[in-house]
Amino acid sequence: MGYEAVIGVETHVELATRSKMFCGCPNGFGAEPNSSICPVCLGLPGALPVPNARAIEATVSLGLALGAEVAPHSVFHRKNYFYADLPKNYQISQFDLPLCRGGHLDVEAEGGTRRVGLTRIHLEEDTGKSTHLGASGRIRAAEAVLLDFNRSGVPLMEVVSEPDLRSPEEARAFAAELRAVILALGISEARLEEGQMRFDANVSVRPEGGSGLGTKVEIKNMNSLRSLQRALAFEAERQTGLLSAGGEVEQETRHWDEAAGCTRAGRSKEESSDYRYFPEPDLVPVALEAALLDRLREALPELPAQRRARYAALGLDAGAARLVAEGDGYGPLLDAAVAAGADPRQGANWLTGEVTAHLRRLGITLADAPLTGAHLGELHGLVAAGRLSATAAKEVLAGVLEGEGTPAEVAARRDLIQISDETVLEAAVAEVLAAHPAEVERLRAGEQRLIGFLVGKVMQVTGGKADPRRVSEAVRRAAG
Amino acid sequence: MSGDPADLTIAEAAAALRSGALSAADLLAAVRRRAGATEAQLHAYLTLDVEGAERAAEAADAALSRGEDPGPLAGIPLAIKDNMCTRGIETTSGSRLLAGYRPPYDATVVGRLRAAGAVIVGKTNLDEFAMGSSTENSAYGPTRNPWDPDRVPGGSSGGSAAAVAVGSALGALGSDTGGSIRQPAALCGIVGLKPTYGLVSRYGLVAFASSLDQIGPFARTVEDAATLFEAICGHDPSDATSYRGVPPVVRPTLEAGPEGLRVGVIAELAGEGNEPAVLAAFGRTLEALEVAGAEVREVSLPSIPYALDAYYLIAPAECSANLARFDGVRYGRRLPGDTVEQMMAATRRDGFGPEVTRRILLGTYALSAGYYEAFYGRAQQVRTLVIEDFARAYGRVDVLVCPTSPTTAFAIGERTEDPLAMYLADVCTIPSNLVGGPGISLPVGRDGAGLPIGFQVLAPPLGEAVLLRAARAVEVLAGFAARPALATSEAR
Amino acid sequence: MPVPIDIAKVARLARLALTPDEMEAYGAQLGAILEHAASLQALDIQGVPPTAHPLPMLNALRPDEVEETLEREEVLAQAPDRDGPYFRVPPFMEDE
Repeated sequence: MGYEAVIGVETHVELATRSKMFCGCPNGFGAEPNSSICPVCLGLPGALPVPNARAIEATVSLGLALGAEVAPHSVFHRKNYFYADLPKNYQISQFDLPLCRGGHLDVEAEGGTRRVGLTRIHLEEDTGKSTHLGASGRIRAAEAVLLDFNRSGVPLMEVVSEPDLRSPEEARAFAAELRAVILALGISEARLEEGQMRFDANVSVRPEGGSGLGTKVEIKNMNSLRSLQRALAFEAERQTGLLSAGGEVEQETRHWDEAAGCTRAGRSKEESSDYRYFPEPDLVPVALEAALLDRLREALPELPAQRRARYAALGLDAGAARLVAEGDGYGPLLDAAVAAGADPRQGANWLTGEVTAHLRRLGITLADAPLTGAHLGELHGLVAAGRLSATAAKEVLAGVLEGEGTPAEVAARRDLIQISDETVLEAAVAEVLAAHPAEVERLRAGEQRLIGFLVGKVMQVTGGKADPRRVSEAVRRAAG
Repeated sequence: MSGDPADLTIAEAAAALRSGALSAADLLAAVRRRAGATEAQLHAYLTLDVEGAERAAEAADAALSRGEDPGPLAGIPLAIKDNMCTRGIETTSGSRLLAGYRPPYDATVVGRLRAAGAVIVGKTNLDEFAMGSSTENSAYGPTRNPWDPDRVPGGSSGGSAAAVAVGSALGALGSDTGGSIRQPAALCGIVGLKPTYGLVSRYGLVAFASSLDQIGPFARTVEDAATLFEAICGHDPSDATSYRGVPPVVRPTLEAGPEGLRVGVIAELAGEGNEPAVLAAFGRTLEALEVAGAEVREVSLPSIPYALDAYYLIAPAECSANLARFDGVRYGRRLPGDTVEQMMAATRRDGFGPEVTRRILLGTYALSAGYYEAFYGRAQQVRTLVIEDFARAYGRVDVLVCPTSPTTAFAIGERTEDPLAMYLADVCTIPSNLVGGPGISLPVGRDGAGLPIGFQVLAPPLGEAVLLRAARAVEVLAGFAARPALATSEAR
Repeated sequence: MPVPIDIAKVARLARLALTPDEMEAYGAQLGAILEHAASLQALDIQGVPPTAHPLPMLNALRPDEVEETLEREEVLAQAPDRDGPYFRVPPFMEDE
């Protein structure tokens, strides 16, 4: 019997605000340990939280972008559990009145589109970071734990999906699409390698085509798209194996071990999940005004799916459309290039080809490069006018990316402009024909392959700066 | 000047400082002498900030000598309950767990008092984390009642009340979660004001029950209490529950008198549950009010019998979370443990006294899976009923009155073995914490043993003006002028 | 009737290492307090909304602005144990 997986994903996203969720400490990565701390995020006696308005707006923006319902009345709750990196030993989170409910995200995977429902989007605070000291680096073997509270209190948005995903590949595609939406909104940098986006998932398996739900297992600790997919694949297979062998799946929380490539049973169930939620008495409810919601709705940018559809309509193939739509800064640059006269497909090819490759060589990102849409428009103009060859255009792009100036300037400096002056070109042709009378005779007698020989000679004479197509035409005319 | 400056009211001292009859340094010295003569017996203070107080007094004297008007609190020696953070000065909340803890910041109220030029004498004793009604739950030993050292000063702000009663401070700050300002004020024969919830910032107040805690002043007169209230109230952006409007203006109507004032006597709290002497003094005060032109009538608040039970679920629930941060990780006393979990559990077991442990357990239980609706959820619904009851009553009367405490000061050790009996000490004060409105206690008489009796006035939220007007009227009518025998700087 | 309580579970949730004697004593006291609180169970309060705050307030938010942080040394000076710029604690028991 075949089995299919039923998967729901919980995504935690650190929001890119200037300050933390409930205090004015800077929200940034890479500061000295315990340098971005204050009484509030350190849980000192007497400190009180005050929510960051921007973090709430960012969360609501995502909800609006995904068609969620924004709660008219939202409340923060205390989630009580003791953990050394949680300074107050409760996390300010949300419970039955989250900022957003519902909504959906369309995911393209395995040749089709799946609409994945969202349960909720809520806001909470991140914990501090613990470093386990000990020979093996494994927690059980640690001798002590060092705590850094810089991350404590960073705004953390949680997006909970319905169990609508049917394969590890779909789950990965969902996470990637969600990340693209978040990047388009500019509410998080969503850098996976820095833990700015982290995943938990619920997974169960059931006989293929079935409608019931199997016993679900929660998997925690997935920090990349790849580990999300791998963990789910491992877990789905583990559960399928259990069921196929006539066994049962135990409802539990398991942890993904990236190094070992497997999930492991976590702490026993006991009362670890008795979080004793109650309304955070240090805070008052959030009830966003209609005018603010309107303003946030109007400020929504074009979303990745819309952008991809637009580029597809401009003639880009699906792969290029996705690359340009989702590459950081690519979409706006292509739009500017098209506005400046560039051909959309040509522009996309440059961006996904030479530009991407050369940025990688230079070790910089598009945002740091001096390339503008106007440059691409200008470049297109040079190529269309026959003043640059396709090969030279790539070299010009490299020069622009290296900061040598506009395409015209780079082409001039690197001596890449093709001869476009007909009289110069014709003079060169005449010179070559005069120097090779025998070959001209044979050509005239019908030996067509000698055109190539003569064009080569003209290119030699012009130092390679003539457009071979036009040289070829000129040779035919002169010899004809 | 004649007399001991430690016996001056804040208003009198401020006038003397301004006229040059008294310097802030001399005033501080007098208060210090008073503390020196009384502390061995009273134990009102946990920490004295000797240097800081001297610097503040010098600064006030310098400002006065330059002819500046530094405001009504400049140079006035005040005491702060030890659950309010003072930068660099030990702040223990009466707990062993916080022995030696020096906060890196000042509570908002402390900052406001410093900015007003006040001289902060020191930090006063309290029931651990403000949980108690007798100040016997302090890890550092009890404070005693200045009228009878064998009795409790009330609590939890017993140290602040005792200090003001004997003159080792001219005024003080306390915190009131279920009566912790008003009840000790009553038992020590002084004025204690719990302002409207949200009028005084809680930032820097070591939290007990966040939705009930409120900081307020102790003083020897209603006018002084008003002065302190004016200095500490007002919006604080660091406290999300801080009231954002303009605080009530109290001074213009302070002396408006009782005429035409509609006074409601809370039937459920002004009857047989009180000691006869308490009832007698309460009755005399009502008669005086009526004679002076107030309209006195009885008002029934049927939800009151449930208020105490609701309070003893809501407050422990909030405290169980608020006190979770005391885990030995970042500050305070730590006990060793092989794992961090063991370290935390051992630290907390050792650091918290029995009353705090009891309330943490009670609150944890009331919030735990399967019991939330029956206990915490239900208590919050009862809170709604109490609020509605009071709102209806305030539709008919301007203020509500009842005794502050059903008894006068009880003996040390009398109730420590019976938590429920101790909880009943707060029966008259708890309802206004649930409602959020202001309340004040002031002395109106003494019982046969010479112990003071408190009279409580309550007003609707933001009703401080009418509250203080009524209290001032009662103060004038009662003419309470007695001072405890302990209020002397003579060597004993 | 006093309310029966799984005091060991409550103590674990509250991270309090109580002795068996303490558990028994606290269990009995809590039972008595909760018995008193049982008066609430008799009240007909169906449909009454809960009150979490005495004053009805909304949207007490702060603008997204950076404010001053604490001096690390002043904070770490209060730590029971430290290791350079870090707070130090014993190892975690559970692998979460």
